[in-house]
Amino acid sequence: MKNLVTDYWLLATGYWLLTLPILAPLLQYFISGLTNGAVYALIALGFGIIYNATTIINFAQGEMVMLGALCAISIYHLIPSLPIAFLGGVIIVSLVGLLFERLALRPVQDPAPITLIIITVGGAVFIKGVAMLIWGKEAYPLPAFSGDAPLHLGPATILPQNLWVLGLTVVLVLALEAFFRRTLVGKAMRATAYNPRAARLVGIAAGRMVQLSFGLSAALGAGAGILIAPLTLGVYDMGTMLGLKGFSAAIIGGLGSLLGGVLGGLLLGLAESFTSGLISSGYRDAVAFLLLLVVLFLRPQGLVGGRQ
Amino acid sequence: MRFAGLLNRWVIFAIAVLALAAGLDNEYYFTLLNFIGIHTLLVVGLNLLLGYAGQISLGHAAFFGLGAYASGILTATYGVNPWLALLAGLAISGLAALLIGIPALKLRGYYLAMATLGFGIIVYIVLNEASHLTGGPSGLSGIPSLSLAGFPLNTARRLYLLIWLAVGVILALSANLVESRTGRALRALHDTEAAAESLGVDTARMKLKIFIWSALYASLAGSLYAHTLNFIAPASFGFMFSIKLVTMVVLGGMASIWGSLLGAGVLTVLPEVLTAFHDFEVIIFGAILMVVMIFLPRGLVRGLMDLREFRRYKREGGSLV
Repeated sequence: MKNLVTDYWLLATGYWLLTLPILAPLLQYFISGLTNGAVYALIALGFGIIYNATTIINFAQGEMVMLGALCAISIYHLIPSLPIAFLGGVIIVSLVGLLFERLALRPVQDPAPITLIIITVGGAVFIKGVAMLIWGKEAYPLPAFSGDAPLHLGPATILPQNLWVLGLTVVLVLALEAFFRRTLVGKAMRATAYNPRAARLVGIAAGRMVQLSFGLSAALGAGAGILIAPLTLGVYDMGTMLGLKGFSAAIIGGLGSLLGGVLGGLLLGLAESFTSGLISSGYRDAVAFLLLLVVLFLRPQGLVGGRQ
Repeated sequence: MRFAGLLNRWVIFAIAVLALAAGLDNEYYFTLLNFIGIHTLLVVGLNLLLGYAGQISLGHAAFFGLGAYASGILTATYGVNPWLALLAGLAISGLAALLIGIPALKLRGYYLAMATLGFGIIVYIVLNEASHLTGGPSGLSGIPSLSLAGFPLNTARRLYLLIWLAVGVILALSANLVESRTGRALRALHDTEAAAESLGVDTARMKLKIFIWSALYASLAGSLYAHTLNFIAPASFGFMFSIKLVTMVVLGGMASIWGSLLGAGVLTVLPEVLTAFHDFEVIIFGAILMVVMIFLPRGLVRGLMDLREFRRYKREGGSLV
């Protein structure tokens, strides 16, 4: 994908390359970093929503991203309509999220953090294995939402899909913010996050809220997966790395904070993109985890703070 | 009584190891037993951390890899004595664990899980990328075999006694640790950290100690692994292997030293026996992690024992309060 962009960019903006030899690649790194960052942000928000509701870190979140992409691709094969594929993928994966909570987490008798971590890690591995059985090891394409013709942005180029990713991420984040601030259910979820017992006392079905948080974050993860699939292809093992990076983004920004998740995601995307462009593409994946370690050691509550 | 029971176990262990050495005549079985031994070293260490300190490492493969690569690089590239290289590996892994553990263990909750996860992936990437040193993704070959007082341990059968001696020593050391003051403090810590702290247990220090111990075990296992196989590649030290180790701990039973042997044994032998296992390996690990943690959180053996106890109790007309 990176090569594709670079090739287009060389062909289309050779002239600008001559006039702005430093700025142009930097702008290009910025665009691709922002796009990946937006996807990390969506995944990070999924981690945050569940963490807020349950203080569980759901390591299966990355697999929801993968399932979203692969389900949408399969639906698109049956019914070649992107909106239907998108919605279908999101709905199926939300159900998987609900089911996961119901079958793997609710029956736990001793909900010690360590038990829950191990269960979600197990769930992640299990879902990945099932996906490998269903879809095999090949990578599948999903057409871009509105064509592949690159747009020119000064000395750099931008694919329409990049704009889709950024635009839909903004819409989803704003929708989430509105949901948590303005709707009764959203407020109930926040109340449960602050104090489950007090929430129960005022008649909020806390268990329902927990379930909802799993469905919601699975839906967000699936959305992220479907958005990125046209750029990276969908494959059964894409979720692990994306999930771990989204997790890093959540920690970097501040676990459980909406703003933190978005900031962490964007920061991570940009750091990765500039590292692979300016230093070495091989160490690209290490950046996320290096940042994670630095933040854990210097500011464990994350950039934005949040509850400890 | 307790001492006698414990002694018996060690005697049985020693007899079993020696009997297998005398009775088996197939190199393949020794190779398999060697891998079980190496995995046991890893699992016992991780089990101390998981079962006794209540902390999880999601990057334990990294310490295994550090040990293996320290031994591999120092002996194959620089011709250092393998035993010195093993010590160097221990020093590197111990230092890495110290550096990660100090900040991560001061904080409660998930921080060690996160830090080890990040560390594990970084080590994996460095093993792949620093190819001038590590040989990159295609691996590092030409690692010499160990030798003991001039006697080369270059076959699986010869290595077998060394590896299982190491397993025996590590099991004894761990059993001792668990029964000691530290062990009791750790169990208290696992139950409620606040109570342990109020009784004067320096919880952060205890956890750090255990974490470093478990990293050292892993490093030792890594060095032995490098000299057993004479070839190492980064693929053996990835995230999935860390998960596999957690699965072995969970299957054998958390906070069970001997269970570690069982968990490592079962999950090392199973892929060899069932040829179809490979395709389903990931699913099976995932299922084991979930099912055991949900239904038998004390591990397979103790869980089934509990279940039988419970059945008998019910049959005899007891009621659960």
